[in-house]
Amino acid sequence: MSVDSPILEMKSITKRFPGVKALDDVNLNVQQGEIHALIGENGAGKSTLMKVLSGVHAYGTYEGEIIFNGSLCEFKNINESEELGIVIIHQELALIPELSIAENIFLGNEQQKNGVINWSETLVKTIELLKKVGLKVDPEEKIKNIGVGQQQLVEIAKALSKDVRLLILDEPTAALNEEDSENLLNLLVELKEQGMTSILISHKLKELLKVSDSLTVLRDGQTIQTYHLSSQKITESIIIKDMVGRDLTNLYPERKKVIGNEVVFEVKDWSVYHPLDPNKQLLHNVNLKVKKGEIIGIAGLMGAGRTELAMSIFGKSYGKKISGELYKGGQKIKLNDVSEAIKHKIAYVSENRKDYGLILIDSVRKNLTLSNLKKVSNKNILNMNDEIVEAESIKTKMNVKAPSIEQVTNHLSGGNQQKVVLGKWIFTDPDLLILDEPSRGIDIGAKFEIYKIINELAEKGKSIIMISSELPELLGMCDRIYTLCEGKITADVDIDEADQETLMTYMTQSWRS
Amino acid sequence: MEGIKQLLASNIRRFTMIIALVGIIILFQILTHGILLTPLNVTNIIMQNSYIIVLAIGMMLVIITGEIDLSVGSVAAFVGAVSGVLLVSWDLPVFLGIIICLALGALIGAWQGYWVAYVNIPSFIVTLAGMLIFRGLTLVVLQGQTLAPFPDSFRKLSSSFIPDLFGNGELQLFTILIGLIFTVIYIVSEFSIRKKDIKYGFNTLSMPLLMLKIILLSVVINLFTYILAQYEGLPYVLLILVALVLGYTFIMNKTVLGRHIYAVGGNANAAKLSGVKTKRMKFLVFMNMGILAALSGMIFAGRLNAATPQAGNLFELDAIAAAVIGGASFTGGIGTIFGAVIGALVMGVLNNGMSLMGIGIDWQQAIKGLVLLAAVAFDVLNKNK
Repeated sequence: MSVDSPILEMKSITKRFPGVKALDDVNLNVQQGEIHALIGENGAGKSTLMKVLSGVHAYGTYEGEIIFNGSLCEFKNINESEELGIVIIHQELALIPELSIAENIFLGNEQQKNGVINWSETLVKTIELLKKVGLKVDPEEKIKNIGVGQQQLVEIAKALSKDVRLLILDEPTAALNEEDSENLLNLLVELKEQGMTSILISHKLKELLKVSDSLTVLRDGQTIQTYHLSSQKITESIIIKDMVGRDLTNLYPERKKVIGNEVVFEVKDWSVYHPLDPNKQLLHNVNLKVKKGEIIGIAGLMGAGRTELAMSIFGKSYGKKISGELYKGGQKIKLNDVSEAIKHKIAYVSENRKDYGLILIDSVRKNLTLSNLKKVSNKNILNMNDEIVEAESIKTKMNVKAPSIEQVTNHLSGGNQQKVVLGKWIFTDPDLLILDEPSRGIDIGAKFEIYKIINELAEKGKSIIMISSELPELLGMCDRIYTLCEGKITADVDIDEADQETLMTYMTQSWRS
Repeated sequence: MEGIKQLLASNIRRFTMIIALVGIIILFQILTHGILLTPLNVTNIIMQNSYIIVLAIGMMLVIITGEIDLSVGSVAAFVGAVSGVLLVSWDLPVFLGIIICLALGALIGAWQGYWVAYVNIPSFIVTLAGMLIFRGLTLVVLQGQTLAPFPDSFRKLSSSFIPDLFGNGELQLFTILIGLIFTVIYIVSEFSIRKKDIKYGFNTLSMPLLMLKIILLSVVINLFTYILAQYEGLPYVLLILVALVLGYTFIMNKTVLGRHIYAVGGNANAAKLSGVKTKRMKFLVFMNMGILAALSGMIFAGRLNAATPQAGNLFELDAIAAAVIGGASFTGGIGTIFGAVIGALVMGVLNNGMSLMGIGIDWQQAIKGLVLLAAVAFDVLNKNK
């Protein structure tokens, strides 16, 4: 492996979105035949960078140049990059559940002559590919019948079938258990030994340090550092420092802690089953409590059941066979639908604001008042004038940057959309706010503003449950953090005793074995 | 000037619809050498399209929630048939018959709404089944026969006029008076809205612009009643239509219920997580469609003065076309009652104008199809810009 033969050079890439500079003069050099790790917090620009590379963001919509295999690339779409052998495997797998493994692998690349598919050839080639990735299943098995780990391997086989020269994997192990992750990483190393170059995006530092040859850290859309692991001694803490890059106290605003003694909300023995698979238990006897003015965090890996917990509490919006008890202000309550939850002054800000938070075709005004139209109506007849006044007031209070309250929310930036969702729930005057990934996908400035709003709410005596996959965020905001692993609370850690390692230990403490 | 520009920009969809309607009216007025806007023909256009407008209003609500109802023609036929049995065969009092028929419509709507909202069967399938079921039941009820004639008081619903209280014979003065009263109510409401806006400190239309709007609308209202007054005056069915349009516009724009219906269509998941009872909303919208289909069926039966097995054929397509031309979006969440009426009138004037010109039913169909496609294509292209 020669260090001087880069297969890919991305030079001074800058990519702007309305209101946000997602990438700012980013440089990335990937050597022939190496595993290059790309790491950074959510929103650091990893996915955007890969979208630029693969042509999702077409040539001309960004500044800078991409040189692949020695020639300048001007991809207009993803097909052009694939033609040169750049293949991305996304976090959400792009397989069709109802088709077989073989059909999926050769989808769009069918083994055919004059439009007639040669199935024997398809099968022979599939078997060969599956052998390469170490997958021992029937090639005619449907995708929906195999596990997520195996599906991941099918994706890789699909990439291999296309004569791939640069394989990009976006969080391939996020949804995998330890054994499947191990398998996948071993396969990558094996492929590397056969000459494959790959870029690996992941949050899991340990695995990156184990398999990669080089490692580039992105932060706030900028390249911070590229390390060559063969020649440099790098530890996790160095990388974390690069990733976070600033004093945590600067990132999270100060809060006057006024935590009361009274427990405002309590969950007892909460169990929930999967809505489609009634035998699959997602949450196991969860217990938690929140005091007045307290911010508690829920930390857990993807698939631990965080959102399922929040949504099942919030008017049984998710799951089947829900059992357990809820107490609000010491009184046992039953929340059979969302309107009952709102009546009991509970609010839930979804992690997915576009699909579950906003009505994108509607104005800021209509979105802000939707959950509490009662406040701007009399006997179910709306008072539009009151509505305008109230909406204007929330817009100002939340500092929503929009030309007017009549602006359609679809046109707002992520941060402003999130402020609208948050404002909508503040308008219901809740005692308890459940915030699911409140800062996901929004830039640093807007994040800070949202943290400030959350702090103000807590200072006013509201109780807050905050779910986040960013541990620094929980550590910076919360008074207490529950860790959730495989649907069970594994620890209740006071903020004074909490750090990333402790939390991570509890979050990964599988209790099933 | 700036004011007008802004007004145009924010209401572009509404204005294009009205401009299209006015354009079509002018076109046919010329092509038919002035027959289109004669008092007799204007009255005819209203009466011929009344039952489609009633359906289009209900269909607009259904499409706003992101669903579709293919059964309305069959339901209208079925209820028309039942009204025939009740009023012609059994001689029930007309008022009681109408109430029973509306209740039947509500029941049918509830039946379909149940499958769509609570069992989650796509509305396309449920109402396709309904289309067959109620067409079949129409034949069962009528046993293939036509029931006639209806009592006079029932026919009033669709084919009579408000009597002229002043009765000088030449011009229906009472109709003109109603137009004037309506104009006064409209002007008073414009000014009371303006007063409130100023009290709250909102932007209002500048005075000259407001005057222009008031004068324009007043002229249109009174010209319309003047034309009608030259024939037989105001048809009862027009009063029903005006009441429906005003009532449903109020519900959709000014009530919590209306806001919730729009929210369900705009994003059902977000609406549900905002405390909107999404299933109940869909159920209610289908039930409402059933009631309006029943009303439409009775108006049609009254107009024909007979309950026939073929009644309501393809009404569902006219109603859907009207809603779509009127600005409804099949992805849900978008559309207005006013738009549905304009859409229905566009189709109605097209029908009427082409018939006056002596264009055969074959070409009429084809041209209507092209207009429907053009209206939607225009909308889609406009949005992509």
